Amino acid sequence: MRHIREGFKNIGRNGWMTIASVGAVTTTLILVGAFLALMLNLNEMADNIEDDVQIDAMIEQTADEEQIQNLGNEIEKINGVQSAVFSSKDDQLNSLIDSMGENGQAWQMFEQDNPLNHVFVVKTADPQDTAPVAKQINELQGIQSVNYGQGVVEKLFEFNSYARTIGLVLILGLVFTAIFLISNTIKITIMARSKEIGIMKLVGATNGFIRWPFFIEGLLLGVLGSIIPVAIILTGYYYLVNNISQHINYSFIEILPFNPFAFQLALIIVAIGALIGVWGSVMSVRKFLKV
Amino acid sequence: MILMKDVHKTYANGVVALSGINVDIKQGEFVYIVGPSGAGKSTFIRLMFREVKPSNGTIRINDINVNDLKERKVPYLRRNIGVVYQDFKLLPKLSVYENVAFALEVIEESPAVIRKRVMEVLDLVGLKNKARFLPDELSGGEQQRVSIARAIVNHPKIVIADEPTGNLDPETSREIMKIFEEINDRGTTILMATHSKEIVNTFRKRVIAIEDGLIVRDEHRGDYGYES
Ligand SMILES: Nc1ncnc2c1ncn2[C@@H]1O[C@H](COP(=O)(O)OP(=O)(O)O)[C@@H](O)[C@H]1O
Ligand SMILES: [Mg+2]
Repeated sequence: MRHIREGFKNIGRNGWMTIASVGAVTTTLILVGAFLALMLNLNEMADNIEDDVQIDAMIEQTADEEQIQNLGNEIEKINGVQSAVFSSKDDQLNSLIDSMGENGQAWQMFEQDNPLNHVFVVKTADPQDTAPVAKQINELQGIQSVNYGQGVVEKLFEFNSYARTIGLVLILGLVFTAIFLISNTIKITIMARSKEIGIMKLVGATNGFIRWPFFIEGLLLGVLGSIIPVAIILTGYYYLVNNISQHINYSFIEILPFNPFAFQLALIIVAIGALIGVWGSVMSVRKFLKV
Repeated sequence: MILMKDVHKTYANGVVALSGINVDIKQGEFVYIVGPSGAGKSTFIRLMFREVKPSNGTIRINDINVNDLKERKVPYLRRNIGVVYQDFKLLPKLSVYENVAFALEVIEESPAVIRKRVMEVLDLVGLKNKARFLPDELSGGEQQRVSIARAIVNHPKIVIADEPTGNLDPETSREIMKIFEEINDRGTTILMATHSKEIVNTFRKRVIAIEDGLIVRDEHRGDYGYES
């Protein structure tokens, strides 16, 4: 109890340094929050796409029913194929029209003279097998071409890994700046209270007792710094989910739902703030308290 | 009670402060440490509560070996030793009462015990009616009495004072000495480094004279022995 009271007192005493270090934590955590929201959503999307990968094997226009039957059997025999479902060119046109929404109207004129192919929709047991399986299907007699979103998944993963590296470097830099500022604030407190600390040692206060208020001060600085970021994350993500997502029609872009994602993110932000604060005070206490 | 055997102290910068100290001080004794400036008196005193560590030799206090006492046990050693300095070391923003209570609060004594003991010692040093004053509102002698009250509030067996009258006039010094005598009469061992010929020669006690890091004289009811 005394430690908590002393911790609060310290914060009140160092006005400007307190504001500077809380500000640094705030900036850091806003960026950490935005970055985490982006990364976690991108990861989720990549997972979704991976699950959705399918191979559209287009059948040559000239193929007759028997040939199509045989093709189906051959495809199912290929290693790694989970299922091969026939989809007629009319099904294809309908689903195309559906997926286009309002723009789909234009395609209805093709209903009489459908330019599309019959298709085998092939799924592999393991998404990683998609490319080799597609290649094998493509070599079969009677297949005109295969389409499996060549490279899209790979590109997304590649983008993710770049974004992650750049983000991590940026955020580590900010986190260390925030830790440094906090440790400086605590250092000032320690200096300002050196006489008091000296007397505490003289009369036999334990080291743990002397250190506690400084840990609490650090913890408070970190947690105070997380208030604004948490507010921004909660409101920002709420608007994102409710407004932006309505305007995006690509099926694979599906952002994580507000509840529980935004709350989990807020919790992580507070935890990182607390960690920055405690870490900063530990550094300072080790260096300057000498107890 | 306090036993030193062949104690040496060389500071990190190479200065030899003590070079072979042997003493045996019994419970309840009152001992002056005298000697010229730079002789090693403060070093001698600071060894007692592990403010400095000896380079060589052994120090035993109440059968505790102070040399190899673990860091985390040092606070408990200090709870048995009250320390008084020349410059009082009071916290300026705390009242007389709070300054004394501080010593018990930081060792997590219960509020009831704190209240009782603080009032007792303030009574002993004659400052009961100034409990609410700030240090700045007191004379030097009164401030030193507050620091003595803080040193004894936890009922230590030993009180150590480094030139406690160094900043005080002779009349005030005598009043402070009477308080130390009273504490000593209750059975507390007192070790006092001092430069005051007048005090040593008026209040006759055991005198240990240190010169150049060595004990050159140790006599009961001794005199100051130097021209002040
Ligand atoms: N912390 C220290 N570091 C280095 N030298 C010191 C330190 N404290 C005291 N000394 C030196 O040790 C010697 C003894 O000092 P001290 O014990 O303070 O003597 P006294 O109290 O008798 O004047 C002096 O030469 C002093 O300069
Ligand atoms: Mg001295």
